[in-house]
Amino acid sequence: MLKIENLTATVGEGEDAKTILNGLSLAVPTGEVHAIMGPNGAGKSTLSYVLTGREGYAVTGGSATLNGADILALEPEARAAAGLFLSFQYPVEIPGVPVMTFVRTAMNAQRKARGETEISAPDFIKKSREIAKVLSLDPEMLKRPVNVGFSGGEKKRLEIYQMMMLEPRFMVLDETDSGLDIDALRTVAEGVNALRAPDRGMLVITHYQRLLDYIKPDKVHVLAKGRIIKTGGPELAHRLEAEGYDGVLAEAV
Amino acid sequence: MDCCGGMDEHDETCTEVKVKEGIDAGTVAAAKRLESENYSAGFVTDIEMEFAPKGLSESTVRFISAKKGEPEWLLEWRLDAYRRWLTMEEPVWARVNYPKIDYQAFYYYAAPKNAAKYKSIDEVPKEILDTYAKLGIPLREAEVLLGVEGAAETAATAREKPRIAVDAVFDSVSVATTFREELKKAGVIFMSISEAVHEYPDLVRKYLGTVVPATDNYFATLNTAVFSDGTFVYVPKGVRCPMELSTYFRMNAESTGQFERTLIIADEGAYVSYLEGCTAPMRDENQLHAAVVELVALDDAEIKYSTVQNWWPGDEDGKGGIYNFVTKRGDCRGARSKISWTQVETGSAITWKYPSCVLRGDDSVGEFYSIAVTNGRQQADTGTKMIHLGKRTKSRIISKGISAGKSDNTYRGLVSIHKKAEGARNFTQCDSLLIGDKCGAHTVPYIENRRADAQLEHEATTTKLSEDQLFYVRQRGIGEEQAVALLVNGFVRDVLQELPMEFAVEAQKLLEVSLEGSVG
Repeated sequence: MLKIENLTATVGEGEDAKTILNGLSLAVPTGEVHAIMGPNGAGKSTLSYVLTGREGYAVTGGSATLNGADILALEPEARAAAGLFLSFQYPVEIPGVPVMTFVRTAMNAQRKARGETEISAPDFIKKSREIAKVLSLDPEMLKRPVNVGFSGGEKKRLEIYQMMMLEPRFMVLDETDSGLDIDALRTVAEGVNALRAPDRGMLVITHYQRLLDYIKPDKVHVLAKGRIIKTGGPELAHRLEAEGYDGVLAEAV
Repeated sequence: MDCCGGMDEHDETCTEVKVKEGIDAGTVAAAKRLESENYSAGFVTDIEMEFAPKGLSESTVRFISAKKGEPEWLLEWRLDAYRRWLTMEEPVWARVNYPKIDYQAFYYYAAPKNAAKYKSIDEVPKEILDTYAKLGIPLREAEVLLGVEGAAETAATAREKPRIAVDAVFDSVSVATTFREELKKAGVIFMSISEAVHEYPDLVRKYLGTVVPATDNYFATLNTAVFSDGTFVYVPKGVRCPMELSTYFRMNAESTGQFERTLIIADEGAYVSYLEGCTAPMRDENQLHAAVVELVALDDAEIKYSTVQNWWPGDEDGKGGIYNFVTKRGDCRGARSKISWTQVETGSAITWKYPSCVLRGDDSVGEFYSIAVTNGRQQADTGTKMIHLGKRTKSRIISKGISAGKSDNTYRGLVSIHKKAEGARNFTQCDSLLIGDKCGAHTVPYIENRRADAQLEHEATTTKLSEDQLFYVRQRGIGEEQAVALLVNGFVRDVLQELPMEFAVEAQKLLEVSLEGSVG
């Protein structure tokens, strides 16, 4: 279970520090998929960065635990080893480092941190091949440097590839639907759904309801002004799609 | 970690992954080994040494020449150079700063006592063998390498791996040269230059100083006067040298300069790949290293020269470290000849080095691949010169500079197209990577072109190791130091691939160690 309680966080330093998260509370039980929706500037991406430990964000109050363990005190790589995965809204290019080298290095680093043995080359290749197939990824692409020269859709699919390879305990998907056409969206959603499991939780951050037609959430939360202002079932997403955020925002005041 | 078991989709990719695989394993191992100590080659070997009287004078030059029992012509050559050197000025155009060098403060010759030339492994003092073992040249291998009787079984084992013949230079003398007999069967001459002067005087005299003349520059002239030892290689017509040749330079004695001289000749249609490695103990004072390397490639010959330079760089405050002033030049004397320089420069307090190619033969090719890393207070001014004289000559320059800490890293390169170099072509790519905000990267390309039909391309980029990249890699579970190493490896990948496999692994380790503590 991912449990966030009364979380406040700022971005920037000194006088420029701006409070972005302002008493955010949220609980995603293991095995469930929750969606977070909200207008621009609500703090959606900040939430994903604060959870994964990006520099430049300071937690000023509250707590976040994954399966009971505090994650906010950990280095980003330790959070990853604990099973936290972020699918980036803007995946980063890493020139000169082939995808498979990258993912295998990551996988073995995580395994090592958890005291597990490294994956063998044949097992790795086999797994990679299977997952590439599910995601309709050209195996040649996995030999190219990470994200370099990839289209927007390819980058997003590569995020899901990494996620499926690393098999995290908890996944945060930040605007995974942006930049995807309908076919790519369907493929990506298939990959994500394949990872739905009783021992795995998921937080899907999105702007539009569209993605939620494919990845059906158990709950939908509305994030605005740095906190969750409303929580409901999948129908809430449809309401937001039809009415926009104004109605919910007005109710919350 | 062997790879090819599963990565069998295409041979081409397999090789690609293989390099990477070895590297990853090496990186992890190196990181483990070096947790407590950054510079693992920084130990001192305690052995009785014989020195020339401190300082530099005509009698020092005579002393060195007499030690080596040199012929008259060589002594005269040295003395001419010495007298000329006295009239020369130390160059100041490079972007490096250091206190004035007191040339009288060094020993110009230092050798382990009784080191005339050890005939078998039993004669090589244990301290020296231990030194090389500690540096990763194991004893058993050394036995094989020395070609000592009784080491035959080990030789069989060694044969399963790619073998490398080693010339080990300890301060001013070569202490062991391996696989000589076997190379001799192929007609390849591989020995210290001091021995070559005696055994192959005509060859040495024919080529020595023809690529880097005694008058070339301040440091080369100094070297000509006082050079101590180095390697001599001659590969005869049409012979492809059956193994990699290498020289391992070790500076050990205090207050000592090392002035090695290397001469490699590839006769018509010959091929040789040569590797050079260097280390020195950690000392508080600065040590001087002024080498000269000359390469000659005749018609259709090819020489591949790789360096991994890991001289002691000085401590974090810039105390101590090697001053590395080196003149390396290759002469593509014959038609269709080719010379490639690949260098990984991670050490030295000051690096002043421009391995160059004179493309004299028609259709000859020169290449320069470089990775230069500076950290702490290191200063590097390095690059190349490609002198196009012959028709349709081609050159390619790929330079990767990485600056961290408070260091300065300059690429300085000249591409010169002469009047007769019809259809000459050059491609230059200079990339700089900055880690942190207290370091500097500079690119100084010079182009002289006297042909309208020359094709010259120049690309240059400067990037900062970005927080976005670092966070992305760490989010996947890779620790900060390893993340930096991974990103840097990516940055230098196209140059690393030019190195022979064994060296690529070593270079990889060095990169990681050199950049330790550069972030966070």
